[in-house]
Amino acid sequence: MASLVGSRVERKEDKRFLTGKGRYTADINLANQTYAIFVRSPHARASINKLNIDKALKSSGVVSILTGKEIADDKIGGLIAGWAIRSEDGTEMKCPGNPPLAKDNVNFVGDPVAVVIAESLAEAKEAAEKVEVDYKVLKAVTSTADAMNGDTIHEGIDKNLCFDWLLGDRQKVKEAFDKADKVISIDIINNRLIPNAMEPRACVADYNAASEEITLYTTSQNPHLSRLIMSAFGNVAPEHKLRVVAPDVGGGFGSKINVYNEDIVCSWAAKKINRAIKWVAERSESFLTDIHGRDHVTHAELAVTKDGKFLGFKNETIANLGAYARVFGTVTPTYLFGPCATGVYEIPAAYTNVKAVYTNTAPVDAYRGAGRPEATYTIERLVEKASMELGIDKTELRIKNFPTVFPFKQTLVHTVDSGDYVAGMEKAKQMADYKGFEARRKESEAKGKLRGIGVTSYFEACGIAPSAAVMSLGCGVGLWESAEVRFNPTGQVTVYTGSHSHGQSHQTTFAQIAADELGVPIENIDIVHGDTDKGTFGMGTYGSRSLAVGGIAIVNACKKIVEKGKRVTAKMLEANPEDVEFKDGEFIVSKSNKKKTIGEVAFACYLPGVRDEMKSPLPEGDEPGLKETSFYDPSNFSFPAGTHIAEVEIDPETGNVKLEKYTACDDFGRIINPMVVEGQVHGGLAQGIGQALYENAEYDETGQLMTGSYMDYTMPRADNFPEFNIGYTCTHATTNPLGVKGCGEAGAIAAPPTVMNAVIDALGGQEVTMPATAEKVWKACKNLKKSNAKAA
Amino acid sequence: MGKISLEVNGRKVEKEAPDNTLLSTFLREHLQLTGTHIGCDTSQCGACVVHVDGNSLKSCTALAADVNGSKVTTIEGLETNGKMHPMQEAFKKLHGLQCGFCTPGMVMSAVDLLQKNKKPSDTEIRDWLEGNICRCTGYQNIVAAVKEAATKM
Repeated sequence: MASLVGSRVERKEDKRFLTGKGRYTADINLANQTYAIFVRSPHARASINKLNIDKALKSSGVVSILTGKEIADDKIGGLIAGWAIRSEDGTEMKCPGNPPLAKDNVNFVGDPVAVVIAESLAEAKEAAEKVEVDYKVLKAVTSTADAMNGDTIHEGIDKNLCFDWLLGDRQKVKEAFDKADKVISIDIINNRLIPNAMEPRACVADYNAASEEITLYTTSQNPHLSRLIMSAFGNVAPEHKLRVVAPDVGGGFGSKINVYNEDIVCSWAAKKINRAIKWVAERSESFLTDIHGRDHVTHAELAVTKDGKFLGFKNETIANLGAYARVFGTVTPTYLFGPCATGVYEIPAAYTNVKAVYTNTAPVDAYRGAGRPEATYTIERLVEKASMELGIDKTELRIKNFPTVFPFKQTLVHTVDSGDYVAGMEKAKQMADYKGFEARRKESEAKGKLRGIGVTSYFEACGIAPSAAVMSLGCGVGLWESAEVRFNPTGQVTVYTGSHSHGQSHQTTFAQIAADELGVPIENIDIVHGDTDKGTFGMGTYGSRSLAVGGIAIVNACKKIVEKGKRVTAKMLEANPEDVEFKDGEFIVSKSNKKKTIGEVAFACYLPGVRDEMKSPLPEGDEPGLKETSFYDPSNFSFPAGTHIAEVEIDPETGNVKLEKYTACDDFGRIINPMVVEGQVHGGLAQGIGQALYENAEYDETGQLMTGSYMDYTMPRADNFPEFNIGYTCTHATTNPLGVKGCGEAGAIAAPPTVMNAVIDALGGQEVTMPATAEKVWKACKNLKKSNAKAA
Repeated sequence: MGKISLEVNGRKVEKEAPDNTLLSTFLREHLQLTGTHIGCDTSQCGACVVHVDGNSLKSCTALAADVNGSKVTTIEGLETNGKMHPMQEAFKKLHGLQCGFCTPGMVMSAVDLLQKNKKPSDTEIRDWLEGNICRCTGYQNIVAAVKEAATKM
């Protein structure tokens, strides 16, 4: 039987999506359901003097109006940060309470203060308009860089500082800098982004008075984790009385990891009114209240010798958490950022210091790449600048500082098990025709255009694990993953996974893995996910962990099935279990060549007997049935890496940047489905290029979001991109049996510095902040003209 | 309230709906055709594209009453006798979709492009799809799928 792992298997999930039969949360309608509209703060920072619902209650069709008072009275808990970070001075981070409905203070535009529940959506909207809130408007804090000097947002949190964290050794770094021939320094703003999954968030909550169970359908990347948080911290219901279902989910990119206010409020309220409640975000609500991403202000320095060896690195960053610390809000700018800050290089001494600040803006949390794009942007801009200042070719400078021996003990935390960064660089250069660039630059020049080339070498740390390590660093949960593999008596297989697919293709790729492990045709394998009533538990999908953690759990559960199958076959065929081999779905006794198919074995496990004989196929100690579970906890992170090269052409008359070529050469370890991986790379690149050239979330000084719709926030469109040139090198991960590493975030990590390095190269080294809009680039072009004129 | 009469996916429908009902709402809430998606509130994203009398239209930009009497085709009506349309087949073959949310609008828009331009270039495809936002695919495989479908239609 040909192996399916490595093949371009078409997706099992596609037909329903292509024929309009996908079932997203907003498509779900329950009998007798009501509709919820949230009353939200129009102010970035205010205290609530009075909230009056009398008029609204009299509005037609209103079923109930609930406020922060009721939620406090019912002792419903608030939203939480999932990772406890300790400051350099040993003190614990400071987090404010974050009630699902604000009672006394609001801290960002969109912070909900009440929910209006009515018989129809139109009636709920009308009544919501009649809720009167008397706010005392306070001065908002919106600037990342100045947040520590602003008014105190949360009582008792000095300087709006959540933590002041250090990773690394300041003294060693000082010594390294003392020895340096040259210090390259850079100031960076990593622009705030809005994830913008195309499906707006939504939830439908239902209460069954007979079973006393709440069911919440919601747009989540991790339904089990949501249930755990809602139960343990939200006090909504005990876990066995709370079912969370994340059906088809239309993209997440990190924004659907969090439990949100609406999930808790609708679940709690559904029980209170004993009716189903439906809430669907309008896009403007998504802009205001989905978690945002990035938003760092960084000063970094690299100490180098004159021949280009890196000696030391320092990184001083202010990270904006927004109004509240959420699930991955505190780990994103620390353990997902700091360890990757030294990039793919051997740098003997390094530190990263992060001051995480509160502002009156939407909470900032994990968005595709989470911490690693910010880290990569910093080091790769710095290395590019070093190549310009030292006059060393940008690819040679990188190669000079690559590790060549693996495992590679990276400066700050990680031991990278495998990789070949030189091979990746060489292949990327070839794919991009790096040598031919100067000729292309001249051609552009002849047309009056400026051409630039940019390079990035990156690595990322995925599949955040093992649990003991992450929990020792403050994580509130273990980051293992579960899988359960069930055979039916007639031979089909259902795989329950704790991972969640919201575009990642698990229904196909996980089935490919199980098909190979079990020798069962892929059409006889179903992958089930996204429902806390199905499958034991799961940590969900983020951080490129699904394959490297969830996929391995499936492999391990399959291996247990095969082990039992060997024992059963041995009993049935009167052989020693050690003499039974398993290949392509058949158990073969090596000595006699007698065999049983896995289907026959499954059948025997469920129907363990024969007529007229007292005989069981089950060995002593084995129970009937064929079902196995694995909870897999990896021994290490996985480390995808690669080199990307971009070329841009700038029209100095308009400042317009045209991305001419984009080459990505990645090492993801073993690839399960090349078609799916290409899709992941393309999508990541589009988001990364979006950050570099188009996207920016901007608040004004009063805390109003200036980019709150698709008319103000530039979403990349089809006509913004060239055809991407994609290739791979491959070194297998040594820490898992499939040799896989993860591919979901690479594009979003590598593309911003790659594109910006090209833009800045074209501009003769002039710094431009992201996004490199035509206006900024046009101004830089004018400066370039002036300085050229001076030089002449 | 007014009576809305349409031919949707070859079937005559007649329903009472409030006068301010958008075509997208009418399809989703009154006819339970939930394949047409709502991704924004400013008519930018294109997840709600359907065909009205043969031409693509963002169904959130029209009132149901405005298109009274028209023939409407939604993503649910693109198959013939259970066989997917060549555009749907091409999206599947070339991985032109991931989460699937923008897909119905993207497919309906692409089908209309090929009605109007049988052999579009890459640039023409990218220009035409400018009104459909996809956050997952980076558009490359969508462009490839439209080209593939053009060879089959």
